[in-house]
Amino acid sequence: MEKRTKRIRNLFVTIGVALLVVWLIRPYTNWILVPQQIINGILNGGTLALIALGIVLIYKASEVFNFAAGHMVMIGAYLVWWFAGGVGETALISLPLWAAIIAGMIVAVFIGFFIERFALRPMTGQPLLAIVLMTLGLAQIMQGLTTVLFGVTPKGNFPAPFSPSDVFNIPIAPINDVSIVFLNRLQLGHARLATFIVALLAAAIFVAFFNYTRTGLAMRATSENHELAQSVGIKVSRVFGLSWAIAGVIATLGGILLATLTGVSLSLSTVALAAFPAILLGGLESFLGAIVGGLLVGITVALVQTSTIVEVRNSAEIAPYVLLLIVLLIRPEGLFGQKRIERI
Amino acid sequence: MAVLRPAGDFDRSYEQDMSLVRQKWQWGVLIAGLIMLFTLPRLGNTYIITTLNQIAYTVVALQGLNLLTGYTGQISLGQAAFMLVGGYAAGLGAKELGLPFYLSIPFAGLIAGLVGLIFGLPSLRVKGFYLAMATLAAQFIIPWLTRQPKFEAYLGGTNGFIEVPVVTFLEYRFGELSDFVYISLGVMLITTVLTINVTRTRMGRAFVSVRDNDLAAELLGVNLFHYKLRAFFLAAFFAGLAGSLRAFSQRGVGTQFGYGLEESVLFLGMLVIGGLGTNLGPFLGAIFIILVEDLALWMGATLAETFPAQAAQLLTSFRPLFFGLALVLFLIFEPRGLAHRWRLLKASWRLRPFAR
Repeated sequence: MEKRTKRIRNLFVTIGVALLVVWLIRPYTNWILVPQQIINGILNGGTLALIALGIVLIYKASEVFNFAAGHMVMIGAYLVWWFAGGVGETALISLPLWAAIIAGMIVAVFIGFFIERFALRPMTGQPLLAIVLMTLGLAQIMQGLTTVLFGVTPKGNFPAPFSPSDVFNIPIAPINDVSIVFLNRLQLGHARLATFIVALLAAAIFVAFFNYTRTGLAMRATSENHELAQSVGIKVSRVFGLSWAIAGVIATLGGILLATLTGVSLSLSTVALAAFPAILLGGLESFLGAIVGGLLVGITVALVQTSTIVEVRNSAEIAPYVLLLIVLLIRPEGLFGQKRIERI
Repeated sequence: MAVLRPAGDFDRSYEQDMSLVRQKWQWGVLIAGLIMLFTLPRLGNTYIITTLNQIAYTVVALQGLNLLTGYTGQISLGQAAFMLVGGYAAGLGAKELGLPFYLSIPFAGLIAGLVGLIFGLPSLRVKGFYLAMATLAAQFIIPWLTRQPKFEAYLGGTNGFIEVPVVTFLEYRFGELSDFVYISLGVMLITTVLTINVTRTRMGRAFVSVRDNDLAAELLGVNLFHYKLRAFFLAAFFAGLAGSLRAFSQRGVGTQFGYGLEESVLFLGMLVIGGLGTNLGPFLGAIFIILVEDLALWMGATLAETFPAQAAQLLTSFRPLFFGLALVLFLIFEPRGLAHRWRLLKASWRLRPFAR
């Protein structure tokens, strides 16, 4: 009873705060762009949500926060680009796109297993800082390896199936009697829509895998309690390896989706860093939170760009981090995370 | 860690118990070392001078980070951003306010420390990854702010770069790096004595208790908020000093010179390789990693001469690769860092015929 009234009160407070924020930013927003930008934000956020899923997966399984996720995304994109013969005439190998994607994912699985076995397994039981630094060190190694193998210049020729310039136009009747006037059409970029659908499908497969397969159930059991899982016959170390391998596949997929929109370059790792605010917004332990957080970060960035003030518009690149700071100050456990109860 | 002392080494007075330098021969070694350190730049080798200067300001930044991460146990991924703040504060203090360098360097520390306090505020509510994230946000927000076109007149705008005047003192210009390096070394020595003493006081012990178990520390009467914020202030203060030294020695400050996330990661890596929570750690880590990076640069340059087609990628790829490898290998095989090795070496020398 008490819980329910509390929930209702929270709902009202949230709605009130949202209305207040809307009222405050009213004069500084270009409302015509808002519906379009919300759609763009959701479509962009899908990729972030997918990358965030990979990080949450590893965190849930082994309590390792993977700071190298951005670089795994970058390496995945480069691998697919290389397998698809992106180098040009001197390419050793030139596969059709579907085969290149599969090949890239297979390599990513091996990278995942390799990282878990040789870098993270020796760190079991080490303090948090050591594990954080281990993933940061791995990120540096990946950065160096990618640079030495593929060069520093961005590769524009990613064999994307959709061109970023193709759009669907959805006509919308102008609503004249409301002070908010929409543009009379909404644009859906082919590539953006495709990446969003793929990200959503991947997330659905991921959730199904966790709910219905034996391995997925074993992984969930492990994330609940390592010792209990071990005692019912689940090999915990194998689950760790598997979670890194799956995270590798997810990161590769995220890399392909990002590269479809922007081409392959070393800055993909920085773009993928926006998945961190998404995770903290959603809550570290929650798959649903990762997806919602990714979408919310996407929408926030897109909405910031609708402002009429040029300084606010420019801040789109740091908007996720400002959001992150606000979340950390107000609700550190995130939207769907577990509150920490500490004991000595 | 209890300090092992040889038999017969007693303290007869309180001063003796508290002294940092215990014996006559230690004074001798210290003075000889200082004389060597201060004559090194006079040899005139440019490489030695630049590396010495780089090591000096890196050590200052690392000592701050050591107080925050090594002693207080709060992970910070924002040290380079605080250095940037310090560099700007020193540059603007010297240029706009006309402060002499001996005032603008502490001024830079103060400004950076205050900014550090702001980003240390979340430390009361969050820790671990969450705090790392908050400082990561600082690392993205601060350089972005300095690049804003609105502040172009003061901070250099999108190019992210302002010039910093030459340090002058009593008509003597420290324009050459071979002269300026003495200021860096001086600041480094002062901060070294400062950190050693901070770690021996009530504050240092409170830091360690927060690191080891913050709930227990709170029960023992350590005000967590105060001490975490103090640690953040000190870390950012030292970063500000380091940033001002770097700005004066490079004669400019801005995001063009780096100050990015890689550098913050580099500082954390140096600290772990040197030894977290030890007074020797910052020195060993800075020297080791800076030499490794120079090796990487030299190797890249040599290979770039052989394969000119791949010059760009060879020049930039070895630094992260070498640093990452060094960090990963240290974390796996010697997580306590070089300082621990040094301690083992000393112990085995003392127990010589019986040590393994």
